[in-house]
Amino acid sequence: MARVDTGQLDTKEEGFRPAIEVSDLWAGYDGQTALEGITLTIEEGCLAGLVGPNGSGKSTLLRVILGLHRHWRGEVRLFGQKADRARRLLGYMPQVELVDWDFPVSVFDVVMMGRYGRLGLLRRPGRRDHEVVWRSLEQVHMTDLAQRQIGELSAGQQRRVLIARTLSQEPRILLLDEPFTGLDAAAQHDLLDLFNEVRAAGKTLLVATHDLSCVAAAFDHAACLNRKIIAFGEPRTIFTEEILNATFQTHLLLVNVEGKTYVSYQ
Amino acid sequence: MSAISDLTAYLTDPWASEFMVRSLLALVMVSVVCAVMGSFVVVKGMAFIGDALAHASFGGVAVAFVLGVSIYLGAAVAAILTSLGIVFVSRRAGLRFDTAIGVLFVGAFALGILIVSRQEGYIVDLFSFVFGNVLGVGQDDLLLIAAVGAAVLVLVALFYKELLFTAYDPAMAAASGLPVAAMQYGLLGLIALSIVISLKAVGIVLVVAMLVTPAATAQLLVRRLHLIMVVGAGIGVVSSVVGLYLSYHADVAASAAVVLTATVLFLMTFLFAPRRGIIGSRQPSILTKPEEGYSSPR
Repeated sequence: MARVDTGQLDTKEEGFRPAIEVSDLWAGYDGQTALEGITLTIEEGCLAGLVGPNGSGKSTLLRVILGLHRHWRGEVRLFGQKADRARRLLGYMPQVELVDWDFPVSVFDVVMMGRYGRLGLLRRPGRRDHEVVWRSLEQVHMTDLAQRQIGELSAGQQRRVLIARTLSQEPRILLLDEPFTGLDAAAQHDLLDLFNEVRAAGKTLLVATHDLSCVAAAFDHAACLNRKIIAFGEPRTIFTEEILNATFQTHLLLVNVEGKTYVSYQ
Repeated sequence: MSAISDLTAYLTDPWASEFMVRSLLALVMVSVVCAVMGSFVVVKGMAFIGDALAHASFGGVAVAFVLGVSIYLGAAVAAILTSLGIVFVSRRAGLRFDTAIGVLFVGAFALGILIVSRQEGYIVDLFSFVFGNVLGVGQDDLLLIAAVGAAVLVLVALFYKELLFTAYDPAMAAASGLPVAAMQYGLLGLIALSIVISLKAVGIVLVVAMLVTPAATAQLLVRRLHLIMVVGAGIGVVSSVVGLYLSYHADVAASAAVVLTATVLFLMTFLFAPRRGIIGSRQPSILTKPEEGYSSPR
């Protein structure tokens, strides 16, 4: 079962179908390399984590998949199609810190924005768009707060609004950037429940995070990233001291107490 | 009886003269357009850009004056070139946005002053653009304000959802396939046009108040962008009417009276607004934070 170091999955496994295929991807900023030859396959219906310290290229990889950042070399395919032609399949949740929570919009407005890409210029949201928005709000249990200004929400609720917006894009693949940061344990748990529901509906999730405990608790697969793929596989198989040290380097402190390993991320 | 007829006279007298009616029409149109574009300015923190474009347009006014072409055209070209220049310079030179603004707008303004300093006989006429001269608004000015103002409002209505999404979350808007760069340049262009049509009525120095003050007041009262536009437009119109009455009866400069009226309305709202005012709110927003964590309302 262990698929350490390759990033490639054995395609003979039952029902396996690749949702995201990244092959030999190189990218960076102003001559600085951020991603070095990333090869990674995420299968359909999978809750996959992309773990690594800050500056390891997690966000860059998501942005390349989304077409927001131009890569130097390599290829991204979504369900076998070239990514440029298949961006409609993607839903995206940016980092919460990048969102302007004082902006005068309601929860409903924000979730409706998920429909704008499909609507195209000059067209107004129709009945179906409203239905999708309400369904997305229902999925994250936020219908009661639809008319609230987004700044009046708690941290966990803010996260749910952004996920509802991602769902209202009707994606087959959800790319989520650091959804767990700033949440207390209970809110993180609720979020993991929600991810499981979304996965049960047949969606594929790729979650960039440095929260190892959430990934270890509930994720199918994880990729350890630090400019390169250090390891890929099931979290309990690849979250070894050696691999985590190679991924997080000085950012991570592993403490062994009576045979148990405690992880602290700095 | 006489008190009532006095009041009636107080209210109707100003409109006996045609130039006062033209002034009112100009101010009402300008304040509506400025409040709508000002809503974007306020929520995106672009007040400095608004001020810069207004000042930069003076260079265009002066050049147009010397060349003998339409002063509005000169102002529009200067404002649009400056806004493009700001984006270009800050991107290419890696300078902060507000640094690029500071360099370019004062340059354009100084060019205007340089040209004016050579045109001794015409200084008064040109300086009416600096401080505004709403009583000098003619039929042509009115038509131009109406046409350009209507065009700005129609474009905002047509592209409202794109402008909203781009202003709120450009990265996500780009990921959704929206033409983000076009919308950002377009927004600057529309702000530049609203400034240009306001120049004669309120002047370069005061136009930023027409952009910022009514929308800022509205933001204290309502919490959605389109409502800020509507309420801001209402506040702008009220300020224009009240300001013009003050100007007529107290014999003070109209543009200053309008802006000061808007400022007083802002301060009153700031003190007494039900939700966010200092006195009216039961829970000062500074002291209360939404509770942390999430409890699912099932």
